[in-house]
Amino acid sequence: MELTVDGHKVFASTGGRLLDAKAPLVVLIHGAGMDHSVWSLQSRYLAHHGRSVLAVDLPGHGRSGGAALTSIEDLADWVARLIEAAGFERAALAGHSMGALAALETANRHPDRVRALALLGVAERMPVHPDLLALAAANDDKAIAMVIGWGFATSRGGSAAPGLWQVGAGIQLMRATKPGVLGLDLAACDAWRGAPEIRCPTTLILGSSDRMTPAKAGQALAARIAGSRVVVLKGSGHMMMVEEPDAVTDALAAAL
Amino acid sequence: MADGPFLKFDTLSLHAGQRPDPATGARAVPLHQTTSYVFQDTDHAAALFNLERPGHIYSRISNPTVAVLEERLAALEGGVGAVCTASGQAALHLAIVTLMGVGGHIVASKAIYGGSHNLFTHTLPRFGITTSFVDPRDSAAFRDAIRPETRLVFAEVIGNPGLEVLDLPAVAEVAHAAGLPLMIDSTFTTPYLCRPFEHGADIVMHSATKWLGGHGIAIGGAVIDGGRFDWEASGRFPTLTEPYAGYHGIDFAEEFGPAAFITRARAEGLRDFGACLSPTNAFQILQGVETLPLRMRAHVDNARRVASFLEDADGVAWVRHPDLPSHPDHDLAKRLLPQGAGSVVTFGIAEGKAGARQAGKRFIEALRLFSHLANVGDAKSLVIHPASTTHQQMDAEALRAAGIGEEMIRLSIGLEDGGDLIGDLKQALRAAQKG
Repeated sequence: MELTVDGHKVFASTGGRLLDAKAPLVVLIHGAGMDHSVWSLQSRYLAHHGRSVLAVDLPGHGRSGGAALTSIEDLADWVARLIEAAGFERAALAGHSMGALAALETANRHPDRVRALALLGVAERMPVHPDLLALAAANDDKAIAMVIGWGFATSRGGSAAPGLWQVGAGIQLMRATKPGVLGLDLAACDAWRGAPEIRCPTTLILGSSDRMTPAKAGQALAARIAGSRVVVLKGSGHMMMVEEPDAVTDALAAAL
Repeated sequence: MADGPFLKFDTLSLHAGQRPDPATGARAVPLHQTTSYVFQDTDHAAALFNLERPGHIYSRISNPTVAVLEERLAALEGGVGAVCTASGQAALHLAIVTLMGVGGHIVASKAIYGGSHNLFTHTLPRFGITTSFVDPRDSAAFRDAIRPETRLVFAEVIGNPGLEVLDLPAVAEVAHAAGLPLMIDSTFTTPYLCRPFEHGADIVMHSATKWLGGHGIAIGGAVIDGGRFDWEASGRFPTLTEPYAGYHGIDFAEEFGPAAFITRARAEGLRDFGACLSPTNAFQILQGVETLPLRMRAHVDNARRVASFLEDADGVAWVRHPDLPSHPDHDLAKRLLPQGAGSVVTFGIAEGKAGARQAGKRFIEALRLFSHLANVGDAKSLVIHPASTTHQQMDAEALRAAGIGEEMIRLSIGLEDGGDLIGDLKQALRAAQKG
């Protein structure tokens, strides 16, 4: 469906069902250089299991208009406005990587808007190597290779979804992202220094083989969120929604 | 594939798509010879049917052994996913019906496999899909043949049996300028020799029966999605960009992003048309794929040796192989196929006293190592006379247009000792000119 936020078109997949104002809203927020399609299975499952779903394309990403936002704080404020634009008071937020920081910061800055959090592939800090930042800023294809190459626990595949080569899908998804957007996203992650105070129920979903946001760094964040729950997916890398889709779906269904 | 911490081609040939079996630890890809799969509970069953959870329902739609082959081929091609089919022809049909219906039009190279030519010329028109054929060496001809109702541009990397090399980047540019995808039959080259996605193709198909399987024991096909074509922007593919009632209004491009085409091909095409690959055939083809790099290197080495021999041999009117400097596409082949231009060699047998057809017959019957049959890409060397077999449904004009004369002999060079192959050819050429 299409919404309007800040005068720009926003696209969000609703998981194959129309948005239902009576069902609790779940907003799924993708990571750097990606779009809503990383949640294709989870959004369909949640939408067919009692939730209203907005798997959103962030500004400047996928089918959404506007320019990419340049800080996690700006993304957080935008998510709050998105919830309002969709006609809901509150939402549960699930975010992956950069999207997890945006979800976390939304709960920090707009606590009344956030019912629950699920943070996937997240860490206390997300520093990005200067070489990668420079390559991404230059729209060099090597940046995509680095992000996707390190994003999966293994580049041997073994997709749960029959016949899909998820490494290739990740590369093509990032190549379809508008020039400059990946660089802005990674810079926003690198610059984030937030120290959120979170009061809503929070679940961290971490990959035991995540080389980008190691589970240990996620655990450190969990230690700072009172009452948070941690789910560690054995063998999963950073791209957990496609590496371990069922486990992620189960964790989201329990958390949100 | 993009540079990065990725496994290389030879490694992917052995490992891509497989996690060692968690239940048994089996190192080889297990042969899952089963029709169906037990659901965990009723909710799991419903979620599988509604594309909410990944997994297997029924082996017509997916199977764990077949899925390893599909993922491996997608990895080797640098695509996003694949669907394996009962044959190469089933792969071609599946791709076409996923993209278009009645009123659709295809622009195709005229130098393609005879079976594909039949499908386009005689069969698809009954279902309202027509095709215009063009010279594969003329990218402007592809452009000129495109109509408002065109939905696909189709060609082979190396034409069959004329061995024309397609200027892939040029034809891809023509297709994309018209908002159309380019589909390539890459059977003759395999991903070891050419990865069409790197040159602009959008969909790749194979007859896996040939070099991928490589041992002449299993029929199979594959269609692979490059994941790059923007179906939404093109606006000509409602099967991918509009709600599909067959899955509760699903919009494949919206929900599956770069995997839209291949997801619909499986969800609709395998489900409804049912031309799935059997698990046993997938298992057998996988054994071939594991040694694909080794075999292709040996195929190419032998083919070059045989082609060079034929160029100087008595009783040979002409020889065609893109690795020969005399081939009109030699420079293009060096650019697009630097590791070799495949292992099919065609030549014209000298007429002799009894004419070309008779000389061809004598030649084929005198061969001792080469097997006379309708296939290519076996580990064993093969021979056929296209005008009377694979391309016999084409009329004289179509044969001429496709560059197929009565004197043409097609060789598929196998993995035997190159000297033994040349020895066999020598004695058969001598026999052909007698009498």
